[in-house]
Amino acid sequence: MVNLLLENGDLVVIEQSDFQQLLDVLAERTYQVVGPTIRDSAIIYDEMTSYTKLPIGWTDVQGKGTYRLKRREDDALFGYTVGPHSWKKYLHPPVSYLWRTNTTADGFQVTTAIEEPPKLAFIGVRACELQAIAAQDQVFLQGRFVDADYKARRENIFVVAVNCVQAGGTCFCASLKTGPKATSGFDLALTEVLTGTNHYFLVEIGSSAGADVMQAVTHQPASPAQIEAAEALVEATTQQMGRTLEPLDLKELLYNSYEHPQWDELGERCLGCGSCTMVCPTCFCTTTHDTIDVTGETTAHSKKWDSCFTMTFSYIHGGNVRTPLRSRYRQWLMHKFATWLDQFGRSGCVGCGRCITWCPAYIDITEEIRAIQESTNKQEEKIGGKL
Amino acid sequence: MLPHLFRVHQVHRETVDTFTLQLDPVDERGAVSFVPGQFNMLYLPGAGEVPISVSGDPAQAKHLTHTIRSVGAVTKVMDKLKRGDLLAVRGPFGTHWPVEEAEGNDIVIIAGGLGLAPLRPAFYQVLSDREKYNKVVLLYGARTPQDLLYRHELERWRGLLDVQVEVTVDSPVGGWHGDVGVITTLIPRGHFDPARTVALVCGPEIMMRYTVMELEKREVSQNKIFVSIERNMKCATGFCGHCQLGPIFICKDGPIFRFDLVKDWLGKRDI
Repeated sequence: MVNLLLENGDLVVIEQSDFQQLLDVLAERTYQVVGPTIRDSAIIYDEMTSYTKLPIGWTDVQGKGTYRLKRREDDALFGYTVGPHSWKKYLHPPVSYLWRTNTTADGFQVTTAIEEPPKLAFIGVRACELQAIAAQDQVFLQGRFVDADYKARRENIFVVAVNCVQAGGTCFCASLKTGPKATSGFDLALTEVLTGTNHYFLVEIGSSAGADVMQAVTHQPASPAQIEAAEALVEATTQQMGRTLEPLDLKELLYNSYEHPQWDELGERCLGCGSCTMVCPTCFCTTTHDTIDVTGETTAHSKKWDSCFTMTFSYIHGGNVRTPLRSRYRQWLMHKFATWLDQFGRSGCVGCGRCITWCPAYIDITEEIRAIQESTNKQEEKIGGKL
Repeated sequence: MLPHLFRVHQVHRETVDTFTLQLDPVDERGAVSFVPGQFNMLYLPGAGEVPISVSGDPAQAKHLTHTIRSVGAVTKVMDKLKRGDLLAVRGPFGTHWPVEEAEGNDIVIIAGGLGLAPLRPAFYQVLSDREKYNKVVLLYGARTPQDLLYRHELERWRGLLDVQVEVTVDSPVGGWHGDVGVITTLIPRGHFDPARTVALVCGPEIMMRYTVMELEKREVSQNKIFVSIERNMKCATGFCGHCQLGPIFICKDGPIFRFDLVKDWLGKRDI
């Protein structure tokens, strides 16, 4: 153990054999550790106390509407990309309670239902997911109103990011410059290096909390060769992306394409199931429910993830605003790539590819956007030809 | 943000399906102050929460007034409220009618159906500061005479000598001898100078579109026309995503908008 005090921005190395220490130190600091693990043939996020619950030696094969786990030839801890879960399940839970009411002698009273959030350490947060958390921070923390529940959860986390050393079949973070390397928003960022008999993690310290935790884990200063090896892996990932998407001038193009025939075509193929919105790490929409107990004495007012693909999402008296499926698909895609930019000054898409993998109708947003881009280019060529 | 408790002080039936609640805060946490055009989220346990604009006088600080049409699961339960019952309220939320900004101008208030409810606070404010405006015009249209809101007040306002109040109905059922026709038929008769007019418009979207067209015929410019827009809302704070109209969150960017800033979005189908 080196006893020099670690600082923000420092690079150190921990051996794979010492990795468990990281989880133990976090547990000592009263964090509940959550990270990727296998359940029902998919890599999801769940609690873990031992690193052996990680999908060691597994990878995922992703494509349009397909997701399969496959054995790796090595024992990598993080040799896969993102599954159906995202960290929003912890920061913006699928169901949360806002308030409760109970009957009193002269009516009812309202009490808060917001609970003290758990203190969580996220293990294995990918660059695209850090960007997604930053996008939801803007929605819930940086506007005129602050979501107190989200804020409490958000302030209580420790983030161990993992730089991707292989890209997934539906990934396109390189196009959107949202990955594969974590650049901010983490306490620690790991790059897993596995060559021959070497198996170690290059660790970048991203905060004072991160430095404090690393101080307690056996580590060595990173050598230039180790840094270079890790950087080469991340750089190679950039070249492996399963998908690409050209974001240049996309907002303007989409704003001019509200009546594009591609929406009709999508309206035919989309099932309106909302899968894409459930797996999307930036989708934040919710609806509310009141649950009454059987005696009628108490009520719980909850919010629950909602999807703009449901018919009732836009209901106002007299009917739904977005009745045709084409308009609901358009709303979703327009929000991600056009209106989100005007609302929050950034794209609502982080290029994680989940919506492509988990669409049962094999819809691939990168293909749909390309179709609109190419048809518009063709039209421009035609107009150009006439002039 | 927890809702605060209010007690029903009075229920006034406006029409067969519309009623006005006067609410008193149960304790000092319940706010009754608001700016004309703003709305509250009204909540009943087990029924749910709905956005309803404030329809009372902004100058009186005692009651909170809401006019509600019983059309959905929540409002149908609210329709059963009696004096003394409790209701919970979050708010007020949203942007307001530019009532003070319009001082020195002619002010034209145009309402269709229930659209008079969110405009009534603006009209109260104009009347209490009458000397700050030139011409004041209120144009109101409803489907039938039985659908007119605040009928006694309309009659009283119509008796004022420095305000023009015109009322029309689409179908004159039940012995109506007043004007018949859609709201736009009243606009050519409005005694206002288009060059110095600020128009506040609220009603169904189609009514607002045609009203703006008619105002434009009189050469009221679009940046002097304000509209109130309605969309599904669950949170009123920009978190639930339901009220989006293109890049606009109606709950926090609106519900009151300068027409020229939203017209492109209002003109698109199924958006």
